[in-house]
Amino acid sequence: MKVNVNRYKCGYCGACVGVCPGGALELIETWVEVDENTCTACGMCGRICPVGAIELVK
Amino acid sequence: MKERYDVIVVGAGPAGSIAAKTAAEKGLDVLLIEKRQEIGAPVRCAEGVSKEFLRKHVEIDKRWVCADVNGSRVYAPDGTKVEMAEKLSGKEVGFVLERKIFDRALAELAAKAGAEVRVRTRATGLVLEDGFVKGIRLMHLGKEYEVRADIIIGADGVESKVGRWAGIDTSLKPADIETCVQYLVAGVDIDQECCEFYLGNEIAPGGYVWVFPKGEGKANVGIGILGSKGGKFKPRPVDYLNKFVEKHFPEGKIVEMVFGGVPVSGNIEKFTANGLMLIGDAARQADPITGGGILNGMDAGKMAGEAAYKAISAGDVSEEKLEELYEKRWKTGIGKKIDTNLIVKNCFVSLSDEDLNSLAHSVEDVKFESMRLLDLLYALFKANRKLLWELHVLFKDIAVEAAKNRL
Repeated sequence: MKVNVNRYKCGYCGACVGVCPGGALELIETWVEVDENTCTACGMCGRICPVGAIELVK
Repeated sequence: MKERYDVIVVGAGPAGSIAAKTAAEKGLDVLLIEKRQEIGAPVRCAEGVSKEFLRKHVEIDKRWVCADVNGSRVYAPDGTKVEMAEKLSGKEVGFVLERKIFDRALAELAAKAGAEVRVRTRATGLVLEDGFVKGIRLMHLGKEYEVRADIIIGADGVESKVGRWAGIDTSLKPADIETCVQYLVAGVDIDQECCEFYLGNEIAPGGYVWVFPKGEGKANVGIGILGSKGGKFKPRPVDYLNKFVEKHFPEGKIVEMVFGGVPVSGNIEKFTANGLMLIGDAARQADPITGGGILNGMDAGKMAGEAAYKAISAGDVSEEKLEELYEKRWKTGIGKKIDTNLIVKNCFVSLSDEDLNSLAHSVEDVKFESMRLLDLLYALFKANRKLLWELHVLFKDIAVEAAKNRL
């Protein structure tokens, strides 16, 4: 499983970065970057995204 | 950009700019960086502030004031209205800001005080030596830099990384964050002197919808829901907001969309490390009830700027010193208020719509002559002791005072 950020939906607010327990996400300027080595695919980011731009995919 | 500064502030929001301004005014050599190409945009804020508190930090400038507010209305789920208005007309107590202009004006004040301001400059990591933060790695237009400083101040917002890099766990749990969407709606006929709040588990579970006047027939219409109340198969804040706007402002034109996450965790365990301080949303210092973070951030920025000066002057930037100069001062002052407001938040997010309705009914006929939230809470508590028993700790002092007066 991995995290997929739909950059066409994302409002780059950084809420997902704030809840990521492992610090695997980063808000660069107008996009969110996922460090796949650190991400545990816990899904916390997808749960709190205000627009539903984040999904766990296989 | 130089190779060395006394203080580097990461993030040019209100907290960061006030920290940079304060430190620069004390004569320190300060660098203020902002990762975005524009300070103040995109906005992630409902933009309401108290006039009195804002005055402590800056002179009011009409360029960044959109509306003067003198009252607020809170709507229960069944539509019952509770009104709070300042009894003296003309005594506007709040502002709705234009953050794009406001944030930039604050950064300009920092620059005027002598701080160097760099936009589109992003922190990518800290320089750590012997357990101390000694500097920061930056990226500007694709090029990397290493810049050293005695103290780094992290004002890098809800998405803060600076604290984590120094070993401070600032990650928020879903119950610790309000996840938000806001539309700037134009062409709406709303009271431009009043802020409105709508509560209810169908409207905004664990949060509220706000309607803040923005001048000239415009309003910030936004929603925050508690992260723990949402999820994959549940509606998103954007869905709740669309429903609300369709119902209340069918004719309104959405001219701007804003997204954001507001930390409502209350005080975190620590926000200092050797050579490092966190302020504002990065230190999770927003008010847990309202989600307001501008003024707390500015207060923290001022304290951190002063602490940086004292610590550097004393030649001691250790965690103990910064804790004593900044963190203790915070936790015994505004931090205490945040602790009590967290109790209120936790009490209110557990209430059902029936509870909220009956609370509103109990104070429906009360004329509130101030906009102070504590006055409203006290009236609610007096009429609903059982339902709001968790709040009794807030009013212990008031009760003692009242008992004394009776004797």
